[in-house]
Amino acid sequence: MIDFHLEPASGVPTYVQLVQQVHQALQLGLLEPGDRLPTAQQVVSALAINPNTVLKAYRDLEREGLVRARPGLGTFVVGRLPRTDPAAQAKFRKSLHAWLRSARDAGLSAEEIEAIYRTAVRDFCADEGVA
Amino acid sequence: MTAAVETSALGKRYGRRWALTDCTLSVPRGRVVGLVGPNGAGKSTLMHLAVGLLRPSAGTISVLGGDPGSGSAQLARVGFLAQDSPTYARLTVGQHLQMGQWLNLTWDSDFAASRIDQLGLDLNQRAGTLSGGQRAQLALTLAVAKRPELLMLDEPVAALDPLARREFLQTLMEVVAVRGVSVVLSSHLIADLERVCDYLVVLVAGQVALIGEVDELLACHHRLTGSRRDPLRIPANQLVIEESHAEKQSTLLVRTQDPILDPSWAVSSVTLDDLVLAYMRQARDAAAKSPECGLVVAR
Repeated sequence: MIDFHLEPASGVPTYVQLVQQVHQALQLGLLEPGDRLPTAQQVVSALAINPNTVLKAYRDLEREGLVRARPGLGTFVVGRLPRTDPAAQAKFRKSLHAWLRSARDAGLSAEEIEAIYRTAVRDFCADEGVA
Repeated sequence: MTAAVETSALGKRYGRRWALTDCTLSVPRGRVVGLVGPNGAGKSTLMHLAVGLLRPSAGTISVLGGDPGSGSAQLARVGFLAQDSPTYARLTVGQHLQMGQWLNLTWDSDFAASRIDQLGLDLNQRAGTLSGGQRAQLALTLAVAKRPELLMLDEPVAALDPLARREFLQTLMEVVAVRGVSVVLSSHLIADLERVCDYLVVLVAGQVALIGEVDELLACHHRLTGSRRDPLRIPANQLVIEESHAEKQSTLLVRTQDPILDPSWAVSSVTLDDLVLAYMRQARDAAAKSPECGLVVAR
């Protein structure tokens, strides 16, 4: 079982925060198939948030194939997320470094580079339909 | 399914002053609806109209598909908590419960008793000697024990300290989770609304400035920051809600369903706080430009 927490000033919708926390717990191996998520009522009591928000987060997770609701029993983890491979991380960090160097050599400022990066991530997510 | 609250060109006049003018809105059932707006926007008037304590001067209002002032059957469907959670100071907690049982068609005495027990309240204590938080919890217990389909709460937490506020909202959310009751809740505390509400109505000068599902509203608004430019050159699919221009920089709050393609903007998300304030300012400025649409204040 995991406990949820909220970062109210983050600007990230509450249900997205819950989804992300389940993702992280799966990536870190804190949650495994067969584990039960807290009931909507438990989350509501702990965080004083709207039950619809919890259900929305759980529906999203179910659509991703990570959890399944069993009526009367609760919501259980059924899927896994790949544990992040440190070698893969290093590889992509390295290629990002190369890109950053070439942008700087082309005369772009740090802020410009950041703006380009953020815009690209946003467009990519919009195109791919990734939240 | 019929709406929780639906109004059409609703107006309420006190003497010469219109507290609510031409207010048209619809909020769905099964939601926790946040009602927010500056003082004098008509929030309390709207609530009083919805529970049948006031009759409209113009237009119509229907609550759960019924006429709010139509009688005891309609009254039983709606629970109302007026501002500052009024209780009878000289009556004990137990007498409040007894009164609730006598005065309501449907009364869940098991719920009321177990709730009072959970709260650790003494049945023999007079309501006047309870703390603000305890009094609010007692009032909420009474409103819920009548088993309404809709709870209307008028600034229920305004006078409470942060801990009592959180506990009140926890109780309320548990009730929503267990009973599936619809809620309309007015408050100035947007951080609280962000936690508990999934639907938002911003009311300014008796009119709806913004209405919709909270997550959708947050998703379709963006803050754009970039080099100074003419707001007329913003793409037509981006509705500018608020703009500010410094010597070299423009900051816009825009509403759009489409991705922002212009790479020269830095785009950031907005909080509910930003959103509510922007719409409140926009509506206030619009009302100031056309006084006939705003409040007509008695001389």
